[in-house]
Formats: sequence, structure tokens, C-alpha cells
Amino acid sequence: MKKTGIYGALSAVGLAAGLAGSAAAQEDTFKIGIITFLSGQAAESFGVPALNGGKLLIDMMNKGDALPAPYNTKGFGGMNIEYVVVDEAGGATKQVQEFRNLVQREEVDAVLGYVSSGDCLAVPPVADELKAFTILYDCGTPRVFEDGKFEYVFRTAAHATMDNISLARYLKSRNFDVPTYAGLNQDYAFGQDSWADFTASMTQIYPDAVIKTALFPKFGAGQYGTEISALLREKPALVHSSNWGGDLQGFLIQATARGLDKRSQLVLSAGDHVIPQLQDKMPDGIFLGARGVNGLAAYARGGELKELTDTMWDAYEAEYGVFPVQAPFRMWQALFGLKTAVEKAMADNGGKKPNDEELVAAMKGLEWDAPSGHIEMALADGHQAIQPNAIGTTKWNADAGKMELVDVEYYAARCVNPPEGTKAADWIAQGFPGAECD
Amino acid sequence: MRYVLFLYAAIAFVVLAAGSIILPDWAMFLFAMALAKGLVCLGIVAMMRGGVVSFGQGLYYCIGAYTATLAANMWGLSDIFLLTLLSSAVCLIVGVIFGPMLATYRGIFFAMLTLALSMVLYGTLSKMSVLGGSDGLNIAPPTFLGWAPEGRDLQTALYIYVVAIVVIAGTLMRIYFDSEQGLITLATRDNELRVEYLGASVRKVMAYNYIFAAVLGGLGGTIAVLALGHVDPEFAFWTTSGEFVFVAILAGYMSVPAVFVAAIILEVVRSFSNLYFPNTWQLSLGIFLLIVIVTLPNGLGSLLSRRKGGKT
Repeated sequence: MKKTGIYGALSAVGLAAGLAGSAAAQEDTFKIGIITFLSGQAAESFGVPALNGGKLLIDMMNKGDALPAPYNTKGFGGMNIEYVVVDEAGGATKQVQEFRNLVQREEVDAVLGYVSSGDCLAVPPVADELKAFTILYDCGTPRVFEDGKFEYVFRTAAHATMDNISLARYLKSRNFDVPTYAGLNQDYAFGQDSWADFTASMTQIYPDAVIKTALFPKFGAGQYGTEISALLREKPALVHSSNWGGDLQGFLIQATARGLDKRSQLVLSAGDHVIPQLQDKMPDGIFLGARGVNGLAAYARGGELKELTDTMWDAYEAEYGVFPVQAPFRMWQALFGLKTAVEKAMADNGGKKPNDEELVAAMKGLEWDAPSGHIEMALADGHQAIQPNAIGTTKWNADAGKMELVDVEYYAARCVNPPEGTKAADWIAQGFPGAECD
Repeated sequence: MRYVLFLYAAIAFVVLAAGSIILPDWAMFLFAMALAKGLVCLGIVAMMRGGVVSFGQGLYYCIGAYTATLAANMWGLSDIFLLTLLSSAVCLIVGVIFGPMLATYRGIFFAMLTLALSMVLYGTLSKMSVLGGSDGLNIAPPTFLGWAPEGRDLQTALYIYVVAIVVIAGTLMRIYFDSEQGLITLATRDNELRVEYLGASVRKVMAYNYIFAAVLGGLGGTIAVLALGHVDPEFAFWTTSGEFVFVAILAGYMSVPAVFVAAIILEVVRSFSNLYFPNTWQLSLGIFLLIVIVTLPNGLGSLLSRRKGGKT
């Protein structure tokens, strides 16, 4: 009885393995496994825009001369870029399994992915076990490299601490008076961490400000009637929120309908990505960030990266009919970083396709330019990036029918990111020692 | 009769253990995870035989996983045998507390109460930032009586370990199913009132089933977290529990090996649909589930049992 069952299972797997075929590693192609949300709440906000941006950039890189220097060489050092896509929905258990499948079954040369912080914590130990070069491109939790040490894992985006430090700095630089403030954040790790970072930064920059209330509605709640009532009753001068996606859209629409945005200043740590959906429903005068100089803040920046930014911006708008928000920018900075690392590794090994160890050596401490600014792998022994950040104020341009970001303040990477060896929370609590602000 | 069972168990162990040589790395991991989840599902099957289904078996899966992780992180325990013993003991205690209480409920009430318990754990863990909140915790790879393997050796050792546990647990549960208690369970499914009139305590039987399922859930959770290296509150979320119920339904309540075959099939189908249909993998998984339910209403186990002349 048992025997029959087991043989059945074995043959089923054998069949499946046969169907899959084995993707033999080829010398003239570089295969990336891309993992991002294709379904669920984070798909519309982050996953799909990031994947769209990634596909676009990979096509442009494969074409060869579609990008300004130094990215005008074909693919990665002449190698054609291929990719397979995996949906990040389904939880960390599934992601660890899929990671193993990508590395061991699909034999990808690099894994690039993960929006969810839970996945970013679960995957690195496996990446090190399998000695597989892995880039975390989006997730925010500082715990990845503060609690652990990983050789084969890199994060090409700054962790979420700078989002809330920048908000507090922005308030100060605009001379905004904050006698009282309140928070509305999603009840899960990102929301809880964001609120903790924001209150800690406010304690440093606005020591006299009083916290009126801290609300943590359920993740995915969608309805904020009671919370908005509480905020209207408490009358804080400022309402902080790290909500994103549908939760942020719901909150903004319900808050403006009841005039909360007129009574309190809304500050959003990651709010830019709902602008394309809300358009003029997005209230004017909100202070918002994009977790980096991304989206409208990058477009408004100009400077020496203008050509690169505009090339990507125009290509994205032409392809998808909407302007790029933060997610594609983070995907781009990961891909530009990967390209730089591969080409550096090839320069070091005489032009062969680099293996995982050579990629690790090239990526450590790397610096490169992306539409979101100059990225430096400055933390966690060269494994964690820091990047500049920007905060701006929303202003609807009725003539052009477009949302604009005005009064944008740009913060140097070292102004809002902790120095090497200091944990983010400690750095804030100590009053930002060694911060290099212009 | 019993020596035939032991013979089957020995054959099953040899065949499954052979997988550690034949299977590629990714498949060995997938099998280990599927077998660990199969243990949890075996617990649901034990309850299903009595006509009740728990929609909250994630509770014990999660308790087992968190117990192992906390013991490893706080006291530096890494021995897989100790961790397994510890977390199944914790699950046993929790099961003994809730089992007698839940044993009086049937049908939707039992399902909802078990679901509620697991969701309470989920909510609590999500809010406890000392335990990593919704992001969860990592756990280092286990050691085996002082031996600390790496790479393929680690995977092989873990796989053999889970195979051994599966075969032992499967054999014990088969013996239990065929025992007086087990047959009373089956009779309860048909007519609870009559079983009570015959002098058996249905409540006691149900409590026992629940407690066995709790321990199996803890075992599954411990092995899963040691293989994955990460635990988060999702382990107790209702979708996780729902998946276990699905495997139990797919397997049916007649056969023990069918449970593990069903668990493996589900993992394989999910893994490949996820890769080949990244945008519609839920849809393809759903279609597969529908086909199975329509064509095999009594589960995979009914295939085996029919051939055996209806032996349960």
C-alpha cells in the first residue's frame, strides 16, 4: 500500500523534472531570476511597476545603445540578459522554496527580488547556504544586515530608516511648527518600524512635540472611519503615515472627504506611488517621500543624472502610459548596479562570465549612478546601499492635469543614513552623530 | 497482520530514503517540506475520521516552529532531536488544554473554534515586535547529535530525519486507526448517538484525536522551520491551515500514505505552476484542485482502498 503511493509520487516528480528540462548555464547569456509581487496588495503598488520597469530596462540594455554612458554597452558586458519571473505572493515559506528552485533547478546566475521584509529576512541564510549571488532590491527592514551577516546577499536600496528621518528633517527645514502629532500606520512590521523611526527622529529634532495618538489599523483594512474620527477629535498639528497601496488610497480619500488634510498636516513616508491612481484626488500640500529620490522627485531634480533619468522616464511613459513611481526606480538602481558589478568582475577576470564569488567581490562596496542618484554600498561591510533621499509637497497643476512636487528638499545619503557599524535605531537615539548634511 | 504493516513501513522508509540519493537538491528540499506538512495533515485526517475538520491546525504548526526557534535563539539549542522533543511537548501541553474543551463541538463550530484559536496566535505574534512581529525570526541550521553538516549533507540529513519521523508517525497512526479507539472514531463519523449508547465516550475519543493532531502539527512545524530557516506568523494564518485541510481532503481519510503523496503532489504542482504561469499560478492551482475534487470525491486514498477491497 505504502509502496504504491511512494512510487506514484516519485514518478510524478520524475515527470515534472523531465518537463522542466535543465537550463544549462551558457557563456553568452546572463540569467536573472526576478521575484516580485504579481498578485496581492503589493502587486499594483510595487510589484508590477517594478517588473515593468525591469523588463523595459533589460530590453534597453540588450539593445546596446539605448542608454547614455556608461551604460551604453550591450547587455551585461556583451552577454545577453535573460530573466525568469516568480510571483512573490504566498509568504516566506514559499519564497524560500522558490529561491531554491531558481538557483538549483533554473540555474540562474543572479537572483534579484523581494519587496516584503519577511521574505528579505528569510532568503539570505538560504542564499549563503547555496552560495548564490542575490540582490534584495526593495524591502525596507534594517534588520537584514543589522541582525545578520551574509556573504552572497546585497541590498541595492537604502533601508527604510532614512524615509522617516528625512520627513523630520524636512519639517525642520520648512520651519513647520509641530506642537502635537499623531500617527496612522498599518499594523505589521513595516508600519510599526516606520512609526518607531519617526517618533525617535521627532524626539531628536522636535523634543517638545507631544504625541497625541498612535493608531495601527489592520493591514489591508481599507476603512478608516473610526481612525479619522479619532484624529479629528485629537486635532494634532501633524499626521504621519507610512501606509501604502490600497490602504493609503483609502485613507487619503476618506481623510480628504472629512477635511482632515485641512486641519492637520499629512506627512507620508512612502506616498508617491498612489499619485497615478489618485491624480487630483490626492490632496494638495501633503509632505511626501518616495523612499529615495524616486519618481517625481527624481524628475524634478535635473543635474548631471538628468539625461539618464529622462531616458528612463520617457521610455517608461511611452511604454506603459503612466509615469514611473518609486518601484521601477528601485528596480533600475538594482539592475544598473548589477550591470556595473558584472562588468567590473569581467574586467578583473579577463572577460569571462563571472561566477558567484567574483560577483560578490565586485559588488562589495561598489558605487554607481542610477536615475535615483549616486548609490554606494557603504554599510554592512559593503553589502547594504545608502542613497540620497528627497521630500516634497504635492501641488496639483490644473492646467497640465498633472500632479507636481514642489518645495523639494534633497538629502545627501550620509545625512539620512547611519554610518557603518551603527544600528539605525541607535543612531537616531544618539542624535545622528556624524551626519553629513549640506 | 501487524508484521505486514511493519514490512510496509520498512519498505516505505527504504524507498523514501532512496530519494536522498536520486533526488536533485531542489526536489529533496521540496519533498522534505511536503513531508513535514504531511505530518500536520495526518493530524487533520485523524480528526476527519471522526467527522470533524480543524481549520486551525496552523496553531500547532506555528507553536512548534516558534518553540524551536525561540529555544534555538535564546538557549542556543541546535540539536534537532532536542528541538523536536521540546516543541512536540509544548504542543502536547497546549493540545491537552484545548482538546477536552473542543471535543464537545462538531461541524462548523469545531472548525470555527479551531480557526479562532490559530488566528488569536497569529494576531498576537504579529504585534509582538520582540519576536520579530510580522517579519518573523530566523533560526540557524540544526545539528544532529553534535554533527553539524553543511550544504547537501545538511539537506540529506534533514530529509532522512523527516522520512524517519514520517514513517514512524505514519505507522503509529495506522496502528491507532486500527485500534479500538480508532474504530470508535470511525463509527462516530457514521452515528455518534449510537456510539454513545454502546457505552463508548465519544468526547474522550475526540479529545485524543485532537491531542494526537496537536503533536503531529508541532512535529511538522519544527521540521518545516528547521528546513526553511525562518518562521513568521503566517504559519498560523488561516490560509496555511486551509492548505492543510486541502491536502487532507485530497488524500481522504482512508489511507495514511495517501496523505503524504497528496502533500507532495500539491507542492510539486504549486512549484511548477508558479514558475510556468507566474501571473496565473493561483488559477492553475485552483483548476487542479477542482479536477481532483470532482474526479476523486473521497480522496486519493480511495484509489488505494478500492483496490484493497474497501479495507480502511
